[in-house]
Amino acid sequence: MRRTLRIATAVGITVALASAIGLAGNAITIKGSDTMVILGQRWAEEYMASHKGAVLQVTGGGSGTGIAAMINGSADIAECSRPMTDKEKQEVEAKRGKKPVEIATALDGLAIYVNTSSPITKLSKTQIKGIFQGDIKNWKDVGGPDADIIMYSRENNSGTYAYFKEHVLQNEDFAPECQTLPGTASIINAVSKDPKSIGYGGIGYASGVKALLVSATDTTEAIEPTEANVDSGKYPLARYLYWYTLGEPTGDIKALVDWVLGPEGQKIVSAVGYYPLPKKASAANEKTKTAADQ
Amino acid sequence: MPVITPHVSRTRPSYGLRPADRRRDRIMKYVITGSGFAAILAIILIFVFIGKEALPVLTSPEVHQEVTLSKMVTPLEGRAGKPKAYIWQPVSQVPKYSLPPLVLGSLKATLVALLFATPFAIGAAIYSSEFAPRRARELIKPVIEMLAGIPSVVLGFFALIVLAGWLKDLFDWKYRLNATTAGIALGVAAIPIIYTVAEEALRAVPRQYREAAQALGATPWQVARSVVLPSAAPGIFAAIALGFGRAIGETMIVLMASGNAATWSWSLGDSVRTMSATVAAEMAEVVHGSAHYNVLFFIGALLFVVTFLINFLGELYIGRLRRRLTGSAA
Repeated sequence: MRRTLRIATAVGITVALASAIGLAGNAITIKGSDTMVILGQRWAEEYMASHKGAVLQVTGGGSGTGIAAMINGSADIAECSRPMTDKEKQEVEAKRGKKPVEIATALDGLAIYVNTSSPITKLSKTQIKGIFQGDIKNWKDVGGPDADIIMYSRENNSGTYAYFKEHVLQNEDFAPECQTLPGTASIINAVSKDPKSIGYGGIGYASGVKALLVSATDTTEAIEPTEANVDSGKYPLARYLYWYTLGEPTGDIKALVDWVLGPEGQKIVSAVGYYPLPKKASAANEKTKTAADQ
Repeated sequence: MPVITPHVSRTRPSYGLRPADRRRDRIMKYVITGSGFAAILAIILIFVFIGKEALPVLTSPEVHQEVTLSKMVTPLEGRAGKPKAYIWQPVSQVPKYSLPPLVLGSLKATLVALLFATPFAIGAAIYSSEFAPRRARELIKPVIEMLAGIPSVVLGFFALIVLAGWLKDLFDWKYRLNATTAGIALGVAAIPIIYTVAEEALRAVPRQYREAAQALGATPWQVARSVVLPSAAPGIFAAIALGFGRAIGETMIVLMASGNAATWSWSLGDSVRTMSATVAAEMAEVVHGSAHYNVLFFIGALLFVVTFLINFLGELYIGRLRRRLTGSAA
């Protein structure tokens, strides 16, 4: 009797494990950008609700982490808030045998956040560069009260960090006093609690903090990161949010990508707070596809 | 003296004489010995792996193009026109790897942790071994050891959300997330270890010392201060050393609550970037085999060696203490 019970338990556990592994076997793993992680999770929830049998797993960790996961085989789709570098594309091809295909899925305006109590409403890109490099140390140098500026940044595996460094800091270094926090949500949390602070992150996270108007140079007009301005490219820090698939998407992944680029996926983009692709973005996707083929 | 004879059946051989039983015993012995050695082997292999990945920092010419040991400890050329400084900016056009801010950051956070934890832990140990009635002692020990069960991510979260704002208002600092916020949460994590070892050290002091002092008319506090504490002092230092080892290796708390800014400053109110948080935050993305990867393993190896040495010396002394307590050594 005891012997049969033991055998039955062993068989039961094996069956349970096997079915769990089996289920996970046809899951689509999506890893990468913290900017996009909430968006990815909402897409996954809606897609799994409307397509029975589909299993999606979404995690964050930063754009760099997603690309590294794609290189070492633990992710099917890499979410990135910055384009892949040529070196990374070569590594994916070397390790996994196929070229990564870039698919623009949403638009984001990289917003500069300050506390809601701050009197500052706009800054130019040069001023932002000066602040995050430690040249401008006091709020009164940019029209605010006499107080030291506390800067919050992302860790260096973040696509947002890389984009900010390239487009705002012109590839120069951050100041060492810049505090680095893991994820845009923690930056928003810190900025909302600290009246003298400044941080940056995707526009989808703007709640409890104020997004500044940004001007490209000291003399041009300061633009608000609204949908119209990001769409038209007037906002200086507008960027695409990308998905990278291994080779042209086929089968389950193609169905998912088509759904995300279609009206339901783009509706979720708006709901999360980012901006849906403009109508001419399908043309942008065509351009990146042909570029990747070369 | 009467000889005690074990009861042995005379109708069949007792267990252990049949070949099948002996074989089964032998197999179990090998399995258990193997498991024990596997654990030791695992530790050795971890050390070998970390050392292997960290070695290119010292030996490989390819890595030396980007970073050398001397570049890691001397001030580096930063921005044009600014003086040389210690900069940690591995993802950059010119990657910069300066170790001193990270080491100083770890040390600052650990110092605050020890300054916060030691009075509470040693005080609790003295109370529970010298002053507490037996019932109170039986309650205090498990409760403080329950502190050890709090996951470090919970402590980090608590420090980030509650402690940071409260401390900033109290001390009117510039930064919310700094060495002291993280240090206090680290101290809470270190208290159980310091308490347990210190309490054992105090209990190991022979009862005769206390009784002799009391016979001469000392009050309990005088006994504790002039007799028990001095003779337990080495054990208490071992306790603090183990607390140091715990605090310096702790990752999650400092990752969440210390601000992670690699500054070279002696102020305890400034943000710090510790060695453990650096490895945790940057390892996920780094390209395998790159100089950045090797430097992160180098930092990991440094941390491993420091904590291993301190814990080893601490445990060595604890072993001696325990043997004295159980009376099997002089």
